[in-house]
Amino acid sequence: MAGALTRVIQGSKTHLGIVGPLVNINNGSVRFQQTKTKFGPLADSDRIFTNLYGRHDWRLKGALKRGDWFKTKEILLKGTDWIVNELKTSGLRGRGGAGFPTGMKWSFMNKPSDGRPKYLVVNADEGEPGTCKDREIMRHDPHKLIEGCLIAGRAMGAQAAYIYIRGEFYNEASNLQVAIAEAYQAGLIGRNACGSGYDFDVFVHRGAGAYICGEETALIESIEGKQGKPRLKPPFPADVGLFGCPTTVNNVETIAVSPTICRRGGSWFASFGRPRNSGTKLFNISGHVNTPCTVEEEMSIPLRELIERHAGGVTGGWDNLLAIIPGGSSTPLIPKDVCSNVMMDFDALVAAQTSLGTAAIIVMDSSTDIVKAIARLIMFYKHESCGQCTPCREGVSWMNKIIYRFVDGNASPKEIDMLWEISKQIEGHTICALGDGAAWPVQGLIRHFRPELERRMAAYAACHGPSKAERLY
Amino acid sequence: MQRMLRQPLTRALALSSPSRAAPLAARRYAEVVPQPDKVEVFIDDKPVYVPPGTTVLQAAAQVGVEIPRFCYHERLAVAGNCRMCLVEVEKSPKPVAACAMPVMKGMRVKTNSDLTRKAREGVMEFLLVNHPLDCPICDQGGECDLQDQSMAFGSDKSRFTDIHFSGKRAVEDKDVGPLIKTIMTRCIHCTRCIRFASEVAGVDDLGTTGRGTDMQVGTYVEKMFLSELSGNIIDLCPVGALTSKPYSFVARPWETRRIDSVDVLDPLGSNIVVTTRTNEVLRILPRTNEEINEEWLSDKSRFACDGLKRQRLVTPLMTDSRGNLTPVEWEDAIVAAARALRDCPPDKLLAVAGDMADAESLVALKDLVNRLGSELVCTEQYFPLEGSGIDLRSTYLLNTGIANVEEADFVLLIGTNVRFEAPLLNTRIRKAFMHKETDVALIGPQVDLTYDYMHVGDSASIVKDLASGTSSHEVVRKLEQAKRPVVILGADQLKTSEGAALLAYTQELALRLQDKLQDKEWKVLNVLQRTASQVAALDIGYKPGVGAHLSNAKVVYLLGADSGVVTRDSLPKDAVVIYQGHHGDVGASIADVVLPGAAYTEKRATYVNAEGRAQQTLPAVTAPGKAREDWKIISVQKPMSGKLDVQLKSLEDYFMTDAISRASPTMAKCVQAVLKQKQATY
Repeated sequence: MAGALTRVIQGSKTHLGIVGPLVNINNGSVRFQQTKTKFGPLADSDRIFTNLYGRHDWRLKGALKRGDWFKTKEILLKGTDWIVNELKTSGLRGRGGAGFPTGMKWSFMNKPSDGRPKYLVVNADEGEPGTCKDREIMRHDPHKLIEGCLIAGRAMGAQAAYIYIRGEFYNEASNLQVAIAEAYQAGLIGRNACGSGYDFDVFVHRGAGAYICGEETALIESIEGKQGKPRLKPPFPADVGLFGCPTTVNNVETIAVSPTICRRGGSWFASFGRPRNSGTKLFNISGHVNTPCTVEEEMSIPLRELIERHAGGVTGGWDNLLAIIPGGSSTPLIPKDVCSNVMMDFDALVAAQTSLGTAAIIVMDSSTDIVKAIARLIMFYKHESCGQCTPCREGVSWMNKIIYRFVDGNASPKEIDMLWEISKQIEGHTICALGDGAAWPVQGLIRHFRPELERRMAAYAACHGPSKAERLY
Repeated sequence: MQRMLRQPLTRALALSSPSRAAPLAARRYAEVVPQPDKVEVFIDDKPVYVPPGTTVLQAAAQVGVEIPRFCYHERLAVAGNCRMCLVEVEKSPKPVAACAMPVMKGMRVKTNSDLTRKAREGVMEFLLVNHPLDCPICDQGGECDLQDQSMAFGSDKSRFTDIHFSGKRAVEDKDVGPLIKTIMTRCIHCTRCIRFASEVAGVDDLGTTGRGTDMQVGTYVEKMFLSELSGNIIDLCPVGALTSKPYSFVARPWETRRIDSVDVLDPLGSNIVVTTRTNEVLRILPRTNEEINEEWLSDKSRFACDGLKRQRLVTPLMTDSRGNLTPVEWEDAIVAAARALRDCPPDKLLAVAGDMADAESLVALKDLVNRLGSELVCTEQYFPLEGSGIDLRSTYLLNTGIANVEEADFVLLIGTNVRFEAPLLNTRIRKAFMHKETDVALIGPQVDLTYDYMHVGDSASIVKDLASGTSSHEVVRKLEQAKRPVVILGADQLKTSEGAALLAYTQELALRLQDKLQDKEWKVLNVLQRTASQVAALDIGYKPGVGAHLSNAKVVYLLGADSGVVTRDSLPKDAVVIYQGHHGDVGASIADVVLPGAAYTEKRATYVNAEGRAQQTLPAVTAPGKAREDWKIISVQKPMSGKLDVQLKSLEDYFMTDAISRASPTMAKCVQAVLKQKQATY
C-alpha cells in the first residue's frame, strides 16, 4: 500500500515534532472548535468520489459530467499560495497512513528555488493487505487523480508528476494511462495545461510488486531504477528526492480529493469529522462482514456504525465479533469492547493504541484463529522486508519463527514477553516504518490476546509434554 | 551510468563534505572553503563545536567518544543500515543513527544512556541471531569487529530458543576468484564491500539479491570480482564473510609480528604492514598514509608476498666448467666478482640497476663502479636525455603529488593506463571524478579506467598539436579553462624513438598551462614512472637506459635487473655478467656469478616513490639461506689498494697529542727525555 509504510505515528517523526504544535494551533485560517457531535452518514451530495463503484463512464466524458476538470484553469490561476492555503484550511491529512498535514507538506516545496526542477510523486503502490481504496480511484475515477496531480503540481511548482503504480494493478494502470492520454489530447495537461500557461507532465511508472516500494524513499529509488530500498532521512525528499531534486510524495487519495477541496472550499471539507481529523475518507471493510465494501464516509464515524450501515454488519451479529484491524494490516488489532465505541479517525484510534492507517478495516469474527491470522501477517512482513537494515531483516524473520510456534502452542509462556521485547527492539530502530508495521500487529496480539496464547501453550504442554522452548530457555 | 552516479549521489551529497574534510586538511591544495559558523552540540554533556553538516558520530569522535558501528566507514558513502550506531538524542522519541544524522544546534546526544545501550544490545542480538558460532574456525577471529563489539555491547546471555527448532540461516558461498574466500553465512549485510566496489574500485560487480532475511551479498551471477583493488574488501569486511584465500587458516593475528614497511611493486610506494611468524612473511596489509595509499592497497602488492618464498636465490652461484651455475661459498663468489671487476678496463665496465633496487645499494654500486674508473651506471628504464634531461628533478617526478591529484579539475593522461600502472593513483583520479567536477581525457589506447573519460585519440601527434596550440579539439578548451590541470605522462612512452619529442611537447604543454595558472604553487607536469627504483636511481645520478654500451661491455653488474633489457645476445661473447638480486629470474639466468641479495621485506632500505618521497622499509624477516643485504654485498667488493698506517708509532708521539699536552711543560720534558734517550747508547 501506498503509505502505510510512510506512516510514523504523529509525533514520532522528528521533523513533525518541531512543527507539531503549529498543526494544532494555527492550521489554516479556520480555528477548529468541536461543535459537531454526530459524524456520518455522509450525504450523497457531499461525496467526492461519485464513481467509486464504476457504474458510470470513467473516461474523460463521464468525468466531465461528474464535474471533474471544472474551472481547473481558474484554480491554477489563483496560484500557489491560494491552493496551499485552501488545503491548510481543509485540514486534510495524508491518506497514506502517516496522516501528515497535506497543506504543510506542500508548503515545504515552496522554498526559494536553487535551479533544480521539482517533482510530484504519487504513491499508487497500494500493497498493504486489506487496503483497496486507491485502485477504485484509479480504475473508476482516474481523472480525479490526474486533475489532482495538476493542482498539487501547481501548488508546489513541480514540473512533472510520476505516478508509481503497483505492478499487479494492470487494469488500473491501463485505465490511468488512457485517462492521461485523454487529458493530454484535451490539453488539460502537458504544455500550457488547461490554458493556464503552466506546463505539466504526468508519467505512469509501474512497479514490480514489492510492498516496500510503497515507502516514499524506496519508491523514489525504484523510479530511479534502483532496488527499492528506503533511503536514510534526513535528507527528506523535499530537499533531495527523485533524481536528487525536491520531491513530494503523496498518496493517491490525498491527491484525488484536492481538486474538490479547491472547488468546494477548504472549510467545506473541514466541516466533516472532528477537528484535526477533518474530511471524508474512503473506508475499506473486509473480512467477516456480510457485504464487504469500499465506501466514502465522514471521518470520525463510529466504527460500529460504519460496519453496520455499509458492510451489513459482522457475520453472526456484533456479538460474534472477535477483533478488528482498523487501518490496514500494519496497525495493531483492537478487540470487540474497544471496537464498540471507537471512532474512525486519527486521534481516536491513537488513543485506542492503534492507528487509522489507511482506514482498511479487517473484521475478524469469533471463528478466526487470531494467532494464525497475525502470524500470517508477520509472514507477509518477513517476506516484504527489504533486508537493508538489521532489526527488520533479522528481527521480523525471528518473530515469524516464534509466532508460528505460538500458533501451535509449542513455546514457553516466557517467550511471550520475549516476543514483546523483540517487537520493541524492532520498532523505531529501523530506517523506514516497515519494521514498525511488522512489530505492531504482534504487539496488538499480545496486548489483547495474551490469555489465548497462554491457553494454547498449556494445551500443547498437556498434549505433548513441555515444549522444547520451555526446557531450554 | 557513471554520469548518473556522479551528480546525485544523494547520500554523499548531504554528508560528504565533513567526512572527507579530515584527510583533506593535511593537504596543501585542499579547497579553501570559507568555514561556516560552527554549531555547539553536546556529547554526553561535553560541549563540542563542529561545522554544520558533521554527523553525530564524527562529532562524538572529536571528543573521544567512539560509537560502535559496522556499516559506517569514513571513506565510503553512508549506508546507515546496520543500526549499531543508534544513540539517544534528547527530544527525539526514537534513537537516531549517529553515522547519518547531521548535528543540529544544541543537540544533546547521549551515547551511554539506557535507551542507547538497549538499542545497541538489541541490534547486536539480531546480528548474532543468524551469525554462525564458528569463531574457532573463522579466519577473522581476533580481528573481528563483531566479536569485539559483542563483547563490549552485547548481552551476556542468549535467548535464541529457535536454534533448537529451525536453526540459523545458511547461505551458499560464492566463488569470487582466487583472492577472496567467501563464507556468506557469516555476512551481516553491512554492504561495505558493495560500496567499496562501486565507489572506490569502480566495478559494479557486487550487489545484493533477494529481500529480507533472504538477502544475499554477491556478484549476481557467479563470476570473479574483477578488480585490481579487490583485496581491500577483506579489510573492510567487519566479520569473517570475506577473508583472504591465500591466507586462509594460516595464522591467528595474536601469533604474528607486524612490521611497518613500504611496498615496491608499483611506483607509488604504498605503506604496508608486513605480518610475519617464525621468519616467514604471512601476509601484507595496507598501512594508512593519507598522502599515498589512504588505507587501500592494490592486489599485487597485497597478495604477491608468497612469491617471496619461491624462486629465491639462497646461495652464491658461479658457472662451472660446463657453464652450469653451481653453488659456491661467498668468499669464492666475491673474489671472482672482485677479480673480474678489477681486471676489466674501466670503459667496458657497466652496472645496470633493476626495478626494485634500493637507494643504499644504488649508491654503493655507483661508488664501486666509479672507484674502478667507470661512469657507466644506468637503469633499465629509459628516459630521454635531450634538453635538460634529468638535470631537473621535476622532469621525471609526479610533481602534483598523489594526494593532490584529487584536487585537480582536469586530468590529461598521455600514454598511460593508470589503472594498472598505479592503481591507487587511479582511485585518486576516480575520486576526483566522482566527487568533484573533474573531467579526464586520455591520449593513448582506449582502456577501461573505471570512469568516463574523453578519448582524444591514440596518436602521439595529438600531443604536439596540443603543445603548439594548433589543435582545435575540445580538450584544448577544457585544459585552458582548468584552474588545476594535471598532465600525466606514462614513462613507458619515453622508450621509443619518439619519446624525447613526446616528453618535450608534454613539457611545453604543461609549461604553457602552468604560466596561465593563478595558483602558482600548483604543478601541472607529471611523469608516472613504472618502477619503485627509478626515481631514486635518477636522483643518485644513474643514467636512464643501457644504450649502446652493452655491445662493448666486458663486465656487466646487474643489480636486480630482471626486465630483460640485458640479454646474452646483446653482449659480447666473453662478457662476464655478475647478477645480484633476490630472485632467480631473467637476470640470474644469464649470469656467470650470482650474488644472492635481500628482498624488500628483508632489509632496511630507502625507496623513493614516483612523487619523489623517500621512505624506508624495515626488515621483517631475515633473508633466506646465505642471502645478504645488498649494500653490504657491494661494499665488500670495493678494491683495497692503500697501506695501513698508525699515527702513534713510538713513545714521543704519545706524549703530545692535543692542546693541553702540547702546553704542558712536563710533557715537553718527557718528549725531550725520550729523544735524548734515543740518542743515548744504552
